Amino acid sequence: MSRQAALCLVGLAAAVMFPLVAPNYLVNVGMMVLFVAFIGQSWNIAGGFAGQTSFGHVVFFGTGAYTSTILQVTYGWNPWLAWPAAMLAGAIVGWVIAVLSFRAGLRGSYFALITLAFAEVFRILANSVPFTRGGLGMLIKADPRPINFQFRDPIWFYYLALLLCVVSILIAWQVTRSRFGARLVAIRENEDAARALGIDVFAEKVKVLTLSGAMCAAGGTFYAQKYLYIDPNIAFGVDKSVEMLLVSMVGGAGTIFGPLIGSVTLTVINEVTRAVASVVPALKNVQPLSLVVYGIMLVLIVARLPDGLIGLFRRKPRHA
Amino acid sequence: MLEVHELSKSFGGLKAVDQASLDVREGEIVGLIGPNGAGKTTLFAAIAGFQPPDAGRVAFAGQDITGLAPHKICAAGMVRTFQITQPFAKISVRENIMVGAYFHTADSKLARREAEAVAGMVGMTGQLDQMGADLTVAGRKRLELARALATGPRLLLLDEVMAGLNPTEITEIVQVIRDIRESGITILLIEHVMQAVTSLAERVYVLNQGRMIADGTPAAIAQDPQVIEAYLGHGAAKVMRA
Repeated sequence: MSRQAALCLVGLAAAVMFPLVAPNYLVNVGMMVLFVAFIGQSWNIAGGFAGQTSFGHVVFFGTGAYTSTILQVTYGWNPWLAWPAAMLAGAIVGWVIAVLSFRAGLRGSYFALITLAFAEVFRILANSVPFTRGGLGMLIKADPRPINFQFRDPIWFYYLALLLCVVSILIAWQVTRSRFGARLVAIRENEDAARALGIDVFAEKVKVLTLSGAMCAAGGTFYAQKYLYIDPNIAFGVDKSVEMLLVSMVGGAGTIFGPLIGSVTLTVINEVTRAVASVVPALKNVQPLSLVVYGIMLVLIVARLPDGLIGLFRRKPRHA
Repeated sequence: MLEVHELSKSFGGLKAVDQASLDVREGEIVGLIGPNGAGKTTLFAAIAGFQPPDAGRVAFAGQDITGLAPHKICAAGMVRTFQITQPFAKISVRENIMVGAYFHTADSKLARREAEAVAGMVGMTGQLDQMGADLTVAGRKRLELARALATGPRLLLLDEVMAGLNPTEITEIVQVIRDIRESGITILLIEHVMQAVTSLAERVYVLNQGRMIADGTPAAIAQDPQVIEAYLGHGAAKVMRA
């Protein structure tokens, strides 16, 4: 345990020092690594720990992004105040989706499909209702002052992403140590046995999706503030859902550090393949090459490493 | 303590349980036997809230619990185990049992201590760090028992905890069940292994084709012509007497 704690501290120190020595380009890459690890963790808490695999987690991300942006652009809220409101909206959407689908008894792949459907419905709605400005998307006026949740120096977004990532890991750690976490794992492993042991399976699943929705929505606001623009495809596109799921599965679903490890791995692959593709003429037309590699990796991991990359470092898998 | 009154449960046109009644008094070990497909497990599921009954009443400790959700029935003090064992495969035996102990405490240290104590009771102290998936059949049966026990029940519903065990393992688990009763927990068990039932249970109910056809002491049941016919076929009772 103390060795692990030491390792964490060294990792954290390295992450804090990194942007001080790295060029701006790499600071941005690092920021994305931490950000994706954060939203991946929000997926992981519901999909990894509780086994409620969602294919449409982006619905929470987009809800967060749109809530804070609308409050800011249309109603003139300060983005820092809009942030908790966005999380609340994400929590509400999580709660509603959970109540509807778990009340109907949807499990496993049916639950995954219904979340995908919800995300698509939200995307289409965002495309058509007036208050999101439809397909035009929403632009946040650039005014790079910290009070506006905008920073001239990318280093601040990096540190904010680092903070989010650390907080999400602490949340996951707290969950694994608590009764709540033990119940989630029991539900993942065997719902009937969990019910027999007095667990209110429905209530716990609703709780975890609400928490997960709030976390993911926080990521949505962060993203909108970083790029100052969202549209229905960015906010509710299926690729982000896949990204969240992928980093968790690659790193190790249901583990505290899985999403972070997955995010680092996938980003490194992404950057390397991009570099390779730009150098090797034969690969010029294979765009993006990273998706090919992702696909191969996912197949290998599902077939060979069901516990994810983290499984390589552990002789005995310890899920939560 | 447990009173089941004329409980019925159908699946489509099949009456799996047909107006079955039984009662269990505090401190007893009661057996529920019957041929394959008699409806024993369905009756259990209906009592424990897994399958809401179509008709009839279930009362536990003076409280009507008919059709309540399993977690509420568990809160009242009644827990079931499964015939087909359902271990949480990817966590350790200790963590498996802790899930049960968490039923009455949110404190993980306390849950851990209790899990270890319960493991001692069912003879699993040496296997606390094994994964649920790595257990033998006998180990899984014990784990079912331990997890249910950890919730702190007053009445345990055991569904065929001895099926698939060898004679040595049966002797061991019979002793474990006796110890559990000695600690003040009432037990209702479904069993196939007749010898185990007769050595454990004070009273036995016999279910056949969804109906309760007999009840009484194990010795009386073994003489009952209806029971013999249910098990061995029509006319068997006459042959046995001859």
